[in-house]
Amino acid sequence: MQGKGSAISIQHITKSFGSFKALDDVSLDIAPGEFFSLLGPSGCGKTTLLRIIAGFEEPDQGEVLFDGTSVLRLPPEKRPCNMVFQNFALFPHLSVRGNIAFPLKRKGLGKEEREERVDELIRFVELTGHDNKKPGQLSGGQKQRVAIARALACEPDVLLLDEPLSALDAKLRQSLLVELDEIHDKVGITFIYVTHDQGEALSVSDHMAIFNEGRLLQAGTPYEIYESPSTLFTASFIGEGNIFPCTALSSRWDEEDDEWIITVDVPALGRTLEVTDWGPVEDGRRLYFSIRPEKVRIVAGDVDLGPGCFHGIVDEPVYAGYQSKFYVKTDEGATIRVLKSHTTYLEEGPGIEWKDRVSVIWRPADGYLVKEEWHEET
Amino acid sequence: MRKVHAPRFSQLCLFFVMLFLFMPLIVVAAYSFNSGHGMTWQGFSLQWYEELFTSSHDLWRAFWNSIIIALTSSLTATVIGSAAAIGLKWWSFKLSGYIKVATYLPMILPDVIIGISMLIFFSSINLPLGMFTIYAAHTTFNLPFTYLLVDSRLDEFDFSTIEAARDLGEDRKGAMLRVVVPSIMPGVLSGFLMAITMSIEDFVITFFVSGPGSATLPLYVYSSIRYGVSPVINALSLILILASMALAFIFRRFLKSFAASA
Ligand SMILES: Nc1ncnc2c1ncn2[C@@H]1O[C@H](COP(=O)(O)OP(=O)(O)OP(=O)(O)O)[C@@H](O)[C@H]1O
Ligand SMILES: [Mg+2]
Repeated sequence: MQGKGSAISIQHITKSFGSFKALDDVSLDIAPGEFFSLLGPSGCGKTTLLRIIAGFEEPDQGEVLFDGTSVLRLPPEKRPCNMVFQNFALFPHLSVRGNIAFPLKRKGLGKEEREERVDELIRFVELTGHDNKKPGQLSGGQKQRVAIARALACEPDVLLLDEPLSALDAKLRQSLLVELDEIHDKVGITFIYVTHDQGEALSVSDHMAIFNEGRLLQAGTPYEIYESPSTLFTASFIGEGNIFPCTALSSRWDEEDDEWIITVDVPALGRTLEVTDWGPVEDGRRLYFSIRPEKVRIVAGDVDLGPGCFHGIVDEPVYAGYQSKFYVKTDEGATIRVLKSHTTYLEEGPGIEWKDRVSVIWRPADGYLVKEEWHEET
Repeated sequence: MRKVHAPRFSQLCLFFVMLFLFMPLIVVAAYSFNSGHGMTWQGFSLQWYEELFTSSHDLWRAFWNSIIIALTSSLTATVIGSAAAIGLKWWSFKLSGYIKVATYLPMILPDVIIGISMLIFFSSINLPLGMFTIYAAHTTFNLPFTYLLVDSRLDEFDFSTIEAARDLGEDRKGAMLRVVVPSIMPGVLSGFLMAITMSIEDFVITFFVSGPGSATLPLYVYSSIRYGVSPVINALSLILILASMALAFIFRRFLKSFAASA
């Protein structure tokens, strides 16, 4: 069942509904066979972009190319992509078999060949024994698998998935996500996966794109997106951050570690800090400094952990099973969020309680700069 | 668990309701086997059935008129009503709200008013009264029902399945035939059957718009009882009662199997 997978190029797509701009000059390139995620908050235009690719919506401007050929003139039924809908859109009057066979009836396959293909697909998505059930009698996860099998039946080059897991519980989502990833590996076609769940996107995508309010903010590998978000929105949308406005003071090249070290003034922390970056930053530029809570080391008591160490008290510990979250109020008056995994208790001595004095520190290489300008009032 | 008996008053109500509902039918059924003419029992006989099937030419003519009108008007009303329901759901435009209200009108207006206004209309455009005017009138008053039943079916319809069908290779027409039509079929069928019933039983409106030679069964029965009730009508009634019961039963089975498959 190995397909070929198309390269998709989306060029300057703009789409308005009335005076409302749902998509604003979006350009994206997706490599053949990739698992590509579109991530963004509700209403940012993810579904709209998917519908434009599938042919249900016409863009006001721009191009959609499959392997270099424009598909905008083609009606949905002629495009080499199939969609798994946000609500699955299974045909309620047809059984599981009927749903999966639906696209095959059109293709002029013989009855025997068709049945064989349906059997193969049912086995593939592990729905054996449910063949004759109606969609109304299936669980959410089973419906999703029928939707995927149905979409794969015509052997598309591209599979579009619109938040297929959003209606399911956390546990099931996890296991279905793994299944999806396996299906992707097996069929080898391009997946475009829409989600507003960053965990899903980070864990399965080859590349992903972050959207907000109809605009593409950043595209890259999950690692790039998580470790070096380019906008304030991405930085706060993906994972958690301690984000503070700062001003660049000076940049210097560090020969040894092959990186730039930027000295920034962070008024909220009452300090100047060092942070690494890929290039120099213009002196005096206003930008944001950010450090992920899980990269902050926290130790009980007033301990000198080296340069860049903060002291403070625990304002609010939040227990969350495998980890704890602390809001540390520094002596300078800033609040720093810290995530501490519970496995390190053994190494690090006594537990940390509410109102305890603590010391926190991070490596300059773990902080990063978000190159978006801040203004006085924010 | 202890069985709880319905209160005495409720039981009494039930008894009287059943009595008034079924007694007349039972009386009619019983007297169809009476060998006499009047309301006194004179012994069992099948003579009225014999007369019904051998020498009631006018009655059968009226019967077939009814059937023809019922089938044609119901079919027309079902097609128009279903199309209207789909169309109004699909494209909402400024007037669609008014159109919906207008569609319900024939359902709530008194039959006399519909009948008389149709009569005035037909005569003002010089349309001779007869089978065609009855057909037109029945189609009109059946429309709200066929529309309503398909419309309520469409309320549950997931329109994204149409897009799914397109996505899976069907063009507009294919999506309509393979997705929309099967989904609304139960509504279409119940609308059709309801229209048939309403058409066969209608008296008032038909009375106004019928012409010479186009009497339907209810009109025929009405005109014949003016000369005294002929027990032939009783015989016909029993046959119709049994036939409708059989139809209702079959239809229920049919709808159930459809619902189970939907
Ligand atoms: N047919 C339409 N008419 C008018 N506005 C629309 C239409 N379709 C979408 N929109 C608007 O476009 C914006 C983007 O919608 P879209 O469905 O693409 O969001 P989304 O990113 O998929 O959100 P979600 O995560 O909630 O599914 C929304 O503000 C929505 O209200
Ligand atoms: Mg959406």
